[in-house]
Amino acid sequence: MENNKISCAAVAKIKEICEKHNNDAGELINILHETQNTLGYLPQEVQVIVAKNLGIPATRVNGVVSFYAFFTEKPKGKHPISICLGTACYVRGSEKVLDEVKKVLGIEVGETTPDGVFSLDCLRCVGACGLAPVMTIDGKVFGNVDPKKVKGILESFVTAD
Amino acid sequence: MKVVSLQDLKKIKEETESRMKLRNEGSLETGSETCGIEKGTEHIQILTCGGTGCKASDSAAIVDRMQECLEQFGVADKVEVITTGCFGFCEKGPIVKIMPDNTFYTKVKPEDAVEIVKEHVIGGRRVQRLLYVDPETNQPVSDSAHMNFYRKQVRIALRNCGLIDPENINEYVARDGYSALADCLLSKTPAEVIDVVKRSGLRGRGGAGFPTGNKWEFASKSQSDIKYVVCNADEGDPGAFMDRSIMEGDPNSIIEAMAICGYAIGAKYGLIYVRAEYPLAIHRLQTAISQAHELGLLGDNILGTDFCFDITIRYGAGAFVCGEETALIHSMEGKRGEPTLKPPFPAVEGYKKYPTNVNNVETWANIPVIFQKGAEWFASIGTEKSKGTKVFALAGKINNVGLIEVPMGTTLREVIYEIGGGIKDGKQFKAVQTGGPSGGCLTEKHLDIPIDYESLAAAGSMMGSGGMIVMDEDNCMVQVARFYLGFIVEESCGKCSPCRIGNKRMLEILDKIVAGKGTVEDLAKLEELALVIKDTALCGLGQTSPNPVLSTLSNFRDEYMEHVVEKKCRAKQCTSMLSYEIIPDKCVGCHLCANNCPVDAISGELRKPHSIDQTKCIKCGTCMGNCRLHAISLK
Repeated sequence: MENNKISCAAVAKIKEICEKHNNDAGELINILHETQNTLGYLPQEVQVIVAKNLGIPATRVNGVVSFYAFFTEKPKGKHPISICLGTACYVRGSEKVLDEVKKVLGIEVGETTPDGVFSLDCLRCVGACGLAPVMTIDGKVFGNVDPKKVKGILESFVTAD
Repeated sequence: MKVVSLQDLKKIKEETESRMKLRNEGSLETGSETCGIEKGTEHIQILTCGGTGCKASDSAAIVDRMQECLEQFGVADKVEVITTGCFGFCEKGPIVKIMPDNTFYTKVKPEDAVEIVKEHVIGGRRVQRLLYVDPETNQPVSDSAHMNFYRKQVRIALRNCGLIDPENINEYVARDGYSALADCLLSKTPAEVIDVVKRSGLRGRGGAGFPTGNKWEFASKSQSDIKYVVCNADEGDPGAFMDRSIMEGDPNSIIEAMAICGYAIGAKYGLIYVRAEYPLAIHRLQTAISQAHELGLLGDNILGTDFCFDITIRYGAGAFVCGEETALIHSMEGKRGEPTLKPPFPAVEGYKKYPTNVNNVETWANIPVIFQKGAEWFASIGTEKSKGTKVFALAGKINNVGLIEVPMGTTLREVIYEIGGGIKDGKQFKAVQTGGPSGGCLTEKHLDIPIDYESLAAAGSMMGSGGMIVMDEDNCMVQVARFYLGFIVEESCGKCSPCRIGNKRMLEILDKIVAGKGTVEDLAKLEELALVIKDTALCGLGQTSPNPVLSTLSNFRDEYMEHVVEKKCRAKQCTSMLSYEIIPDKCVGCHLCANNCPVDAISGELRKPHSIDQTKCIKCGTCMGNCRLHAISLK
């Protein structure tokens, strides 16, 4: 694993987060949440630094990062898109919305567009079942999404930039 | 101010009651009489839903706009705008209620604020266009008590949701909040507390239905200086949002209940394990915990006794299996959320190896009321073996999507047709799914069974945490089973092979069936695999994972048979079994479909009926979308 991709400032920040949690390995999930909030994602070199600070094997950190859907080892796009595949959205056609987003952006779930603008993920229920099917972009919820509307919604983000 | 005695608590209640009086259900004026500043009303409150669903529809902007309008019209001193938790009727959200005349406005937009303030709040005239219209009588209904959606509901766990400001602990106290904790600490022994919970008949609302009082008793009997009380708020069932709404709408009820349990089992520490996907719920819990601290209702020497209790929040990170209590405990310890065999039960060896009592959010929310109104009162609601009420997140192809709470024993038919208002767009009901990925799909013939733990299990489903998804004729049951199995395969922790490998093999068989390549033998294989997984998987999640397949196989066998024998999907969802065909009588030969076909599968002379080459067609549906004469059919 290469260590040279991470800036000194980031290494210091990770150290600070670990110290805030008393370098307690029992706090690993909270530490990873905070680290991901700060750096945007958790590449392997970051996991190694966390492991060193906590005095645990890097494999244990990686085991946790890869276990939980919330943690990502890849950077997200500028506008992360999540399609709800909860049951309520599914029975109201969210798979068709997902297919349309994939078609428009030309990427698969878990990928980021080459220009780094959009990344695509699925999630299970944001709790806005009354608006099903829903998708979120930058955390904003779009309800009653018709596959036909997808292109327009995505374009509005590009124009706003 | 610190609350150190019952008197202090009563003082807060009395001080806040004048504000709460307007919202007191008993004194509500319903009917035609409206309030209004010009009519002489001294004090008006505008309640706006601040739950996730309504917030997604801009309810925060409604609050801002209302406040601006009140100031603009110079009535801000007489009118309060209060953000509450979920009212439940998500289908009609965002919801705004005007108190004291109890007017219920639906689908409110920020730009409606000015009219509500001018017409109603000041002028005393209801804004008719924003009222709920009864679909049967076509008449506007102004108060929730007269809506079918609310009529059969009994709100115990949701008693404060949509009524109080969840970020103001005083409003919770004014609704008798923390009186149950005071009662337990000041006049009951731990054993008496456990006895009340046992006598109430309350069972775990997370889905399995284990008697809560017994669970507490086990934990109380474990000898240890350190014990933990845990709230399982890892609501992972896709399409269920009961627990989230309680945390967002009434977080103090959970805190009070956990403290009561701490006293009963001898624990000083509480932990709430909540999904990181619920930022608003986390924020409301944090606010409630810090306010409870300020009042001294958490911390050292609560209410002047020597009982000390504190609560911290732990975050989930998106793993369904963490709803299983042993997996949840491992996750709280900063490990992979993999379940372990029971025994040892958490009551003996749980978080950091100390005795731990884990209950679900909704279970907690019931506890304070049981002490306020008595175990006998609680036990008088519901059926013989299932006491109290159950909250359901009603969603899917139903008219009234929302959060409902009904007494145990209510039938599925009452929930779907009376409360839920029937199936969307006049379609035919096909199935109702309860229990999420661990539950099953029930059909028309099950609609009259009473909702309780035993009856749902006997019908091949389960109570589950409270997701209730309604499906109509357009849903393919094979695809629904495949959807749930896909979820399980993705969420299986991978520790035991029946769940990790077995479910994957089942998913492959279902993929094959959906692709039109299934055989009758495949159905037998599915059933056999399902039963093996049920018998041999390590944890509750794995053991129940084949339920959606087993229940659809038994309740919708003919649909499976059609898929494997006739290669037909009656819901027209399995594209492999469909064909797009041009109806010659309707086609005028405009060539529009052919121009848009991405694979050039359509041919024909101009102004003559065209045809589709089925060997080339990729079934994308573009032709159908482009035809203006509806000359293309799907068979």
